[in-house]
This record gives sequence, C-alpha cells and structure tokens, in this order.
Amino acid sequence: MEYKQTRMGYVDGLLELARSTPNLVVLDADVAKATKTAEFEAVYPDRFFNCGVQEQNMLSVAAGLALEGFLPFASTFGVFATCRAGDQLRNSIAYPKLNVKIGATHCGISTGGDGASHQSIEDIAIARSFPNMTVLVPGDYEEAKQCTLAAARFKGPVYLRFGRDAYPVVKELHAKFEIGKGKLLRNGNDLTIITTGVMVSEGLIAADILAGENYDVRVVHMPTIKPIDRDAIVASAIETKRIVTVEEHSVIGGLGEAVAGVVSEMCPCFVKRIGVKDVFGESGEANELFDKYGLRAANIVDAAKQLLETEIYIERK
Amino acid sequence: MNKKADINVLKAKAREIRKEIITMVYRANSGHVGGSLGATDIVVALYYHIMKHDATNPMWAQRDRFILSKGHCTPVIYAALADCNYFPAEDLKTFRRPGTHLQGHPFQPKTPGIEASTGTLGLGISTGAGMALGAKIKNERHYYYILCGDGEIQEGQVWEAAMFANKYKLDNVIAFVDRNYLQTDGNSEKVMPLDPLKPKWESFGWHVQEIDGNDFAEIINAVDEAKRATGKPSMIIARTVKGKGVSFMENEASWHGTPPKKVEYEKAIKELDDGV
Ligand SMILES: Cc1ncc(C[n+]2csc(CCOP(=O)(O)OP(=O)(O)O)c2C)c(N)n1
Ligand SMILES: [Mg+2]
Repeated sequence: MEYKQTRMGYVDGLLELARSTPNLVVLDADVAKATKTAEFEAVYPDRFFNCGVQEQNMLSVAAGLALEGFLPFASTFGVFATCRAGDQLRNSIAYPKLNVKIGATHCGISTGGDGASHQSIEDIAIARSFPNMTVLVPGDYEEAKQCTLAAARFKGPVYLRFGRDAYPVVKELHAKFEIGKGKLLRNGNDLTIITTGVMVSEGLIAADILAGENYDVRVVHMPTIKPIDRDAIVASAIETKRIVTVEEHSVIGGLGEAVAGVVSEMCPCFVKRIGVKDVFGESGEANELFDKYGLRAANIVDAAKQLLETEIYIERK
Repeated sequence: MNKKADINVLKAKAREIRKEIITMVYRANSGHVGGSLGATDIVVALYYHIMKHDATNPMWAQRDRFILSKGHCTPVIYAALADCNYFPAEDLKTFRRPGTHLQGHPFQPKTPGIEASTGTLGLGISTGAGMALGAKIKNERHYYYILCGDGEIQEGQVWEAAMFANKYKLDNVIAFVDRNYLQTDGNSEKVMPLDPLKPKWESFGWHVQEIDGNDFAEIINAVDEAKRATGKPSMIIARTVKGKGVSFMENEASWHGTPPKKVEYEKAIKELDDGV
C-alpha cells in the first residue's frame, strides 16, 4: 500500500492554484515547516506571510486580507486554529462570511508523540458549529489536493482538515470531488459504513471483512462534513437500515452526530459512532494510538456486527 | 530539601542532563532537543541551587514552583525531575510512549513535580500569575519561576499576562525568556521581530535584566537581584544557544523538533562525554 501525507496534498494544491490565482496568499504561524507551507514560501516568497506564534492575530489578519480582495489560506495546526483562535475564527471570519480558507494540519490523534495538547479531536465539532462555515475532511493525499482546489473556487469560509502522518492512498477516492457530495465507494444493502477523513481506508477494510462473512455492506465516504450530504445519508438509512460512522475525531460533534442528526429527523435507524470516545488522547505513534483508541477496521466490524447480529438491535427494528 | 550546589557541580549536572535529553528523544524518536539543551543551564541552576523544593514531599506548601511555559521542552524538565528523584529514572524510557506519565508536553495531573499543564504556547505566565496571586492572598512567600521561549512570547496572551502581573505587583513571579533567537521556522527576527525586547517588558512595568543564560553565575546573580526588586514581577532575558553542548546542533533551527539518528546520537553523547 502507498502512503502519503494529506498536508502535502494541501501544499501541492496551493502551488497549483498560485499560478492561476493571483490574489491567493498564504499565511502561517511559525509552523510552516510542519504544515508544509514552507514549500509554498520557497516558490512564492512575496505571497507568503509568517505571523510568528500568533494564531489569533493570523486569523484576523486573514480576514483583513479577504476584505481587501485577497484569497488567504491561513495555515496552522487544527488545535490552534479552532481552540486558541476560536473567537477569531468565529467573529472575524465565519460571522461576516469572509472568503478565508483555514488549512488546519496535525488533526486527530495521529499527530502522535506531541500528545493530547496537540491532538485536535474537537475541531470538526467547533468548525461545523459556526454558521457560514464549510468543513472539508479529505481522506488521502489526492483528495486533500482536490479539497484545496475546491475551497479556492468556493466563495466563503472553509475549514480544511489535514493530518500529520502519511496515510494510505485510496484510489477509489480519486473520482470527481464536489463540496457537499458524499462518495459511494461500495454498494450494499445490509449496512452502511460512513467514513470521513483518513479513516476511509479502515472503513474499506472493514467492509471487505464483512463481505467475507456474506454481508452486503455499503461504504459512503464524506469528505464534506458541512454541508453534509443529506440525500446520501437518507438513502443509506432507508435502504440499509443500519449505519456505522467512522472518524478520527471525538464522537461528540463530528461526523457521527451530523449523520445521527439527519437520520433522527428523517428516517430513524440505529447509528453507531466509531471515534475517540470523549477522552483526551496521549503520546504515542499514530498506529499505536489507532489501536488503543479503537479506530481500526476490527472496531468497525464489531460495531457493524452488533447492529447485524445482536438481538437487541434486530428485535427493536 | 535540596542543598545549594556549587558551580562545578552544576556544570557536571548540566552535562548529565544534556545526555539524558539526547537519549530520551533518540529513544522515543520524537521530541525537541534544541530548546531543551539550550535551557538546561537555567533548569539546572533552578533545581540544584536556586529553588526550595523537596522531591520526598512534592506537594510541600512552601516549595518554589517552576512552570515550563515552553512546554515542548519536556526532555529537560523530565531529566531534572528524575535526577532529583521525583520519579524513577527508569520512567524516562517511557517518554512519549503510550501509557506513560511522561507526555510529550507537561501534564500536571500525572507527573510528580510538574506544576502546571502547558504545551500550547503562551499559557505559562498567566497560569503562574494566577498561582502567584493565590500565594499572595494566602500570604505565602515562595517564588514562581516561569520559563518561556522567545518565539512563544509572540503570543498575545503573554502580554495580557504581563499587564496582569504588573497590576497585582506579583514580585513573587520570576520569569525567563529563553532568548535563543530561534523558533520553528527560523530566526525570530525574521519570523516576527521581538527586539528591542528589554524596553518592551520594562514598559509593561516589569523589572528586567539581560544575562547569558548558559552561565550559572549570571543566572544565580540575576535571580538574587530579581528577589531584591520588590513590588514588580521580574523578567530575565536569558541569551542562550539553542542546542547548547552539541556542536552540530548549536544555533541550528533544524534541531528544534527533529530526533537524532543513531550516528548523530552517538556523536552527541561522545561530545558531551568528552566535554567538547
Ligand atoms: C499556541 C501554539 N502555537 C504553535 C505551537 C507549535 N510550536 C511548538 S514549539 C514552537 C516554536 C517555539 O519557539 P520558542 O518559543 O522560541 O522555543 P525554543 O526556541 O526555546 O525551542 C512552535 C511554534 C505551539 N506549541 N503552541
Ligand atoms: Mg527560541
């Protein structure tokens, strides 16, 4: 399997855009080597602005640049973009609906050794709770690049979520990307696995395992968390009657709750959420943490089997 | 309680701590060597000479407190705390490993001797000021030593804390800026200029000194002077060499957060052993 960093997809997207988008500028807050925007700076030093360790200032500066007609991509770790600079994200950018893009890297527990202080597991919840905010969570390098290009074309604030690690390249994702549209990766009628971000590869492995046990499992990937693809969710709920959501994020406020929100209003069915279970992470390597925090295909299969095989769910249907 | 070590003892300690820093980060293959090596002399001066503390009684009410505001530099504080017997030296092998109490960034509830949780830059002076205010209210007379990075003080919160500590005349706060002129993306004066730094802190009402932060006598004298400057919080701008003690890491931004490879690790340990 090939592995590639989603943050590289971000920067390769920016480099591609820069040629045709003269008003594009990139900001960073002393983590340009980590977000990889240093590679943009190397090519376009005049269109790159390092704000130092000042995430709050950076987001409001980006708002100012947008007001002057620029297309700013403000880059930092997810935890700083949404928590340290949460007010600036809300009141400088989302509320006035400014055309600012936030490139948030090092999201999820795969940030690894830095530990809980740096592992952003609440950023989807925070970003999607702000009116006017579009939230994109790509699954691999190529999709990260697609999301970056699409964010530039879209008018309005966009939160882009990337990781630190190298993640599996998932060929099935590389079809057309459209904001607000899920991607049907496997069709099936017994149960739907809905993934977002880099958990897509585990979701597909889980679907294969279940297929081996003669279950007909659908996989829908959601690179857009907001606006969520309601049609795909409703169809899955009606046609498969069981949903497992999978995300590298807290089970609170992320994909799982977005899906549950749609389902509970329109077509109630059981939704099991795989994610970080309302606990802070810890230091460790990404792989170790995925195991420890239950973000593996095996965990998805377990949840799916509960819905498919245990009486409590079958009888209550 | 600890005894005041003399300068030769401090130098020897610093060398041991530096070796431990390199070893921890090498073993974990993750962590920040540069800023830890540069700050070693300040941390050693504090833990082996300046601060009143007692590892057998970590919650002793009259102890002086240390806050590592530049929280990425856990290797230096963990090495010092282990050497002072706050926890077994064996634990250092678990640095950044799943299940450890030695998290990548300081986590106060888990690690004996860690006084405040930090990690996202800019928190330390505020937390220290809150603690120092609490001590004033309770009429307690110990000190709060806070170590910030120079990149770190670009954060707005630092200057909010600066105003606060001045307003409440928190002369039990003695803060350091580790002035190594480097941050993640390179030279601080290129990334976000801070100079002239002394008048900035002075204009916020602090007592300010500039010293060589890799010189024990200067560190110790500066703390003595800070204690005499009553009625004001104190800032010691400590000029240091990031990566100090390992020739190829010194003043190199690239050693901020990159773990050494095997050959680099061995070379670094040899240099420290040889006292180059
Ligand atoms: C709020 C916040 N923003 C960004 C970071 C990422 N980061 C970790 S260390 C660092 C640079 C720190 O430089 P400095 O304070 O000068 O530390 P030193 O040179 O002593 O290592 C940055 C930007 C962080 N930990 N917290
Ligand atoms: Mg520095």
